[in-house]
Amino acid sequence: MTSTNRHPTQAGFLEVRDLTVSFPTATGRVDVVSHLDLDLEPGGALGIVGESGSGKSLTSLAIMGLLPDKATRSGTVRLDGEDLTAMPESRLRRVRGDRVAMIFQDPLSSLNPYYTVGAQIEEAYRSHRRGVTRRQAHRVAVEAMERVHIKDAAHRIDHYPHQFSGGMRQRVMIAMALTTEPELLIADEPTTALDVTVQAQILALLQEIRRDTGTALVLITHDLAVVSEITDHIVVMRAGECVERGPVESIFSDPKHPYTQALLDAVPRIDDEIGALRSLTTTGGRP
Amino acid sequence: MPRYLVGRLAGMAGVLLLVCLFTYAVFFLLSPDPAVQVCGKSCTPERIDQIRMNLGLDRPFWTQFLSFLGGLVSGRTYGEGANAVECAAPCLGYSFQSSQSVTDMIWQRLPVSATVAVGAAVLWLLVGVVSGLIGAVKNGTWVDRVMTGLTLGGLSIPNYVLALVLQFVLVVQLQWLPFPQAVPFGEDPGRWFLNFVMPWIVLAVGYAAAYTRLTRANVIDTLQENFLRTARAKGLAPHLVWRRHALRPALTPVVTVFGMDFAGLLGGALITETVFGLNGVGKMAADSIAKNDQPVIMGVTLLAAFFVVIGNVVVDVVYTVIDPRVRVAA
Ligand SMILES: Nc1ncnc2c1ncn2[C@@H]1O[C@H](COP(=O)(O)OP(=O)(O)O)[C@@H](O)[C@H]1O
Ligand SMILES: [Mg+2]
Repeated sequence: MTSTNRHPTQAGFLEVRDLTVSFPTATGRVDVVSHLDLDLEPGGALGIVGESGSGKSLTSLAIMGLLPDKATRSGTVRLDGEDLTAMPESRLRRVRGDRVAMIFQDPLSSLNPYYTVGAQIEEAYRSHRRGVTRRQAHRVAVEAMERVHIKDAAHRIDHYPHQFSGGMRQRVMIAMALTTEPELLIADEPTTALDVTVQAQILALLQEIRRDTGTALVLITHDLAVVSEITDHIVVMRAGECVERGPVESIFSDPKHPYTQALLDAVPRIDDEIGALRSLTTTGGRP
Repeated sequence: MPRYLVGRLAGMAGVLLLVCLFTYAVFFLLSPDPAVQVCGKSCTPERIDQIRMNLGLDRPFWTQFLSFLGGLVSGRTYGEGANAVECAAPCLGYSFQSSQSVTDMIWQRLPVSATVAVGAAVLWLLVGVVSGLIGAVKNGTWVDRVMTGLTLGGLSIPNYVLALVLQFVLVVQLQWLPFPQAVPFGEDPGRWFLNFVMPWIVLAVGYAAAYTRLTRANVIDTLQENFLRTARAKGLAPHLVWRRHALRPALTPVVTVFGMDFAGLLGGALITETVFGLNGVGKMAADSIAKNDQPVIMGVTLLAAFFVVIGNVVVDVVYTVIDPRVRVAA
């Protein structure tokens, strides 16, 4: 297991080494992420897959430095060579939302119900671009909304999150992340709360953004089918550990670990329009 | 929005009517014969019957209720001939014991009750919200635990005990406050103010404790919200996360509760006013209960109910301004 874990495939842009996150419990500290390594090249796309509770979200929060107070973290997270874990909080804040942006599973609760989506998108932009005027920020927000294909953006920008559908809310979240043109986008289960057709649309959008902006992507999901379409590399997590990693094709065609095999068996075939079909044709042997 | 308001006001009128009916029915069924009271000690059965007729007490419930409503809208006259008494609109009833209309009695005392309520409300809002915020920020530390203890104390200490303790400590021992004595505002504003300090504190303590709890719980809940994680992930500084994203959702429920509590108090703070001898609506209610002055008790009950119903509507309308989800649904 350790051999697969210590097997960085690419060097460069995002380098996570030996990341461990633990929580105190009655019987001592428990590692919920242990000795995890992740690698991502500039503009690359990495999928982190694992069942619920395997430590995916905490991994993403650990990268961002946003773990709950009780959690402790060890290891390093390098972004372009700079160790985020060693950065003072004030500098880290300038990375968050600017160079690294995040979108979450549940777009409704992830947006503040008391502010218009425009205000929230503009806030993301203005907090990283000192001296921009309200009007400039407004224009950037409208453009970001247009970029994620929200129709009638100039009008919709004054609406509140609850006035949008689930898929549209996730588009708002993505627009918010895009305003600062981040180098890295971390998407934690971005489609899990959405209908299947909407899922496909959001994944297509992420694909498109990656193509157009060249942003790197960490896509977290429990669903291998989701990850297979957009990412080139996959890390399979279980109980906080990496059990298998490699290029998408080799994981699909030749899963080494029984857990990965089990995840593959869980990939739905009928209602999944995007990932599974392509993957299945490339893997050949699976009907 | 205006349509919503019209609907809301119509609903309020309906509720107020029901409140009138219910209160009237309760007093109609439960209270002793007012005619006996009007008549006094040396009274013959014939005289009582006559008074009954004069007051219309011999008529059926619905007729009486309608005259009561009529009085509310356009005033009414009790009795006939030389004994007749006028009760101007809005007539809430007539106290034969005090020879005064209930409305007038309330009007005279409302300013005192309002002063008590407003001062206490300012105090408890400030103390409650601030200590609730501190408790939430210091959640789990000894500061939080001490405050939780104080809160429990504040909630459980009866008003009259607190009043006695305060009087003993502040007036007798420390002599920080003069002995309470009614002074008109125009005569000596400073003295007038000092007079209200103790009632304000006594009335505010319980509410402040409750608001501390409410605020603390709401803030802690709000800090768990996903949109706070989003705000942090945007790279906002902690004070902005708090100011823009945490406070508003956390304090919105406080507004609702405050509206209701405050409205309830305008009907008089019974114990506080009585303990400090403040001539407000609450003390009048207490006195009327002691004297069994039924029209006054009913008038004050109705007044309190009116305030609560109106407070409710005001809160709802304010809510449409604060909370965009309600606003758009409306
Ligand atoms: N605040 C917390 N305190 C204690 N344990 C936690 C906390 N948050 C998450 N965990 C535990 O950490 C594990 C990983 O959680 P998470 O990263 O959210 O999983 P995933 O995103 O893969 O579903 C889970 O078993 C969960 O119980
Ligand atoms: Mg998760």
